[in-house]
Amino acid sequence: MSALDVHHLTVSFDETVVLDDVSLSLAHGEIVALLGPSGSGKSTLLRAIAGIIAPDAGTVEIDGSDVTHTPTHRRGVGMVFQDNQLFPHRSTLDNVAFGLKMEGVGRTERDERSARWLERVGLAGFADRRVTELSGGEAKRVALARTLAAEPSIVLLDEPLTGLDRELHDRLARELVEILTTAAVTTLLVTHDPDEAAVVATRSVHLTDLH
Amino acid sequence: MNRLPSRQPTWLIVALAIVPVIGLGVFFLWPFATLLSTAITGEAITNTLSRRSTWDIAWFTLWQATVSTLGTIIIGLTPAYVFARYNFRGREPLVGLLTAIFVLPTVVMGAAFLALLPTSLDRTVWAVIGAHIVFNLAVVIRVVGTMWEHLPTDMEAAAATLGANRWRVFTDVSLPLIRPAVAAAAVIVFLFTFTSFGVIRVLGATGTRTIEVEIWRRTTQLGEIGDAAVLALLQLGVLALVVLWSTLAQRRHSRALGLEPLARRRAPRSPGERHFVGIVVGCTTVIASFPLIALAVRSFSTPSGWSTNAWTNLGQTEIRPGIRIGIDPVDALGNSLRIAVWATLIAVVVGGVAALAIAAAGRSGRLLDTGLMLPLGASAVTIGFGMLITFDAAPFDWRASWWLVPVGHALIAVPFVVRTALGPLRSVDPSMVDAAATLGATPARAWREVIVPYLWRPLAVGTALAAAISLGEFGATSFLSRSGGETLPIAIEQLLGRTGSALQAQGYVLATMLAITTVILVAIVDRLQEPRRTKADRS
Repeated sequence: MSALDVHHLTVSFDETVVLDDVSLSLAHGEIVALLGPSGSGKSTLLRAIAGIIAPDAGTVEIDGSDVTHTPTHRRGVGMVFQDNQLFPHRSTLDNVAFGLKMEGVGRTERDERSARWLERVGLAGFADRRVTELSGGEAKRVALARTLAAEPSIVLLDEPLTGLDRELHDRLARELVEILTTAAVTTLLVTHDPDEAAVVATRSVHLTDLH
Repeated sequence: MNRLPSRQPTWLIVALAIVPVIGLGVFFLWPFATLLSTAITGEAITNTLSRRSTWDIAWFTLWQATVSTLGTIIIGLTPAYVFARYNFRGREPLVGLLTAIFVLPTVVMGAAFLALLPTSLDRTVWAVIGAHIVFNLAVVIRVVGTMWEHLPTDMEAAAATLGANRWRVFTDVSLPLIRPAVAAAAVIVFLFTFTSFGVIRVLGATGTRTIEVEIWRRTTQLGEIGDAAVLALLQLGVLALVVLWSTLAQRRHSRALGLEPLARRRAPRSPGERHFVGIVVGCTTVIASFPLIALAVRSFSTPSGWSTNAWTNLGQTEIRPGIRIGIDPVDALGNSLRIAVWATLIAVVVGGVAALAIAAAGRSGRLLDTGLMLPLGASAVTIGFGMLITFDAAPFDWRASWWLVPVGHALIAVPFVVRTALGPLRSVDPSMVDAAATLGATPARAWREVIVPYLWRPLAVGTALAAAISLGEFGATSFLSRSGGETLPIAIEQLLGRTGSALQAQGYVLATMLAITTVILVAIVDRLQEPRRTKADRS
């Protein structure tokens, strides 16, 4: 049984077909890089998997069960957005703790667990920072910690390293591999950079090959 | 920064500012001073404040405003979300309708609810609150919707991927982020409903009087000028506190969302979304349009069936053969048009030169800017009341002068003209004036050639705005108009207050005419502002 199965997914916006009959499978614990030029529909595929947009045709299965009509918040799919989408009105720690709060985990426990996640992404001591004051690299790590702290069964990363300077890019790429491998979480990562895909992912696929 | 070359000459600024300054001084500051001294002299303060009914009225004013505000916010949030996030057929017309309702004359809104509700409900506090809510929905949809549009949809999606359901997304992410806009909208609605006058004059009864209505009643019905002045002061105090509190709160809670690009609106996709959008849009349309439809329908209805009598025999105000009531609907129509022409002329000329003076004077122009905004802060009732008690003795006994009502209307319209004109005037790059100077233009000539042309379009907008304001003005007019000089809103209120369906139907006819005229004027304003807006969108 695969962790994630996408069958013949089609998405169109206002008559424009963005994803045309795409199929894709991820085994448990796999880190797969999805390659393709910008504007080719990679982000749309992630959004359809997360349930943020409804597909026109096709199905999404997670651990063998069809979630095509399951709302996002009950899919157990975590996503790191390209621009992070940290909540500006919450502290760094409260951002990381958000998923646990939604699960109903008590204050003490979720603060402890979130603090541990901040440590794992190298941001111990950042708990009370305002997220609007974080640097690009720090914000990306917080977004990653926030997604992983919710313990999703699948993690989707939308261009996680785009827009960072060269040195930070390479360092974060290595850390990303380590964090994802340690967490042993099934990951689908979108990028337009084949080198980045080679460093981070265990397998690379090209969007145009998924028909 | 020292920008000597592009400065307009001082004599020019003084020449421009002199009329607005004198007008403001004579017709606002002086009456205001009279009001103050009337309130604090004699025993009016102790008399009024020790009277039980004063506090009953203050309490009613406060609670109806609070309930109206909460109701408007609660009912308005869902459509605000739908308008901010979704594209659907009829979106633009519906936004237009809601905006038109917001600028409808208060008396027309009162008339619409009187027409809509069954007799058992139509003169109760619930009718008043209902009218307030429908009236102000546009504030919530516009103010909150604009902020919601700037909130990235992905932020809500991010919360959903972390396990938040729709309700939690709203309470934990969207609401905290749009809270400044919600608070701003609430303050606006509160200020409007706290000072509600026209709606309550039409829909209110003995137990449902706001401070505004009581000021009018004490002055014109009971002749208790001192008590009325104290009430006016009491109300200004409350308004000042609310504005002060909201300014402080906004400053404390302001959280820059960053310059997020507009989240794109899209058509609803899933069946669930389509249902949700459909229901919200349907309900909003019903809420917004039914009172106006009822208004028009009632102008055609008589106890004996449908009839166009009220329209064709407008002016037939005989109760019984030979006995007429003291108002003539056709005269009121003529009075209103004549007053609107003068008020518009005064407002546009004074507002136009004031805007030029403010833009040219730089920092010191702010004083005039603030001064001209003051009449907006004081209610129309306070303005009319102040003028009534100031210009009542020779050589300033102007109460019988034909121009007093237009001047009062102009005082209320000038801030809108100035606001409209200042934006474009300030957007002129000062180096264009420098450029004209290098081409040999004197400072005054450069100003005329480069800056003044930016005034014409906003003045066209200002003309339509001022006309709409004057035609619908009720608060100040209630004090200033004399018998025989009734304007449309005054005639509407009086006709609807009479028993007898023929007179009521004529009231509805006038209200319908006024509603249609206002909507047309607002559409003109919208159309005139359109080209500039699209250009700004594109850049």
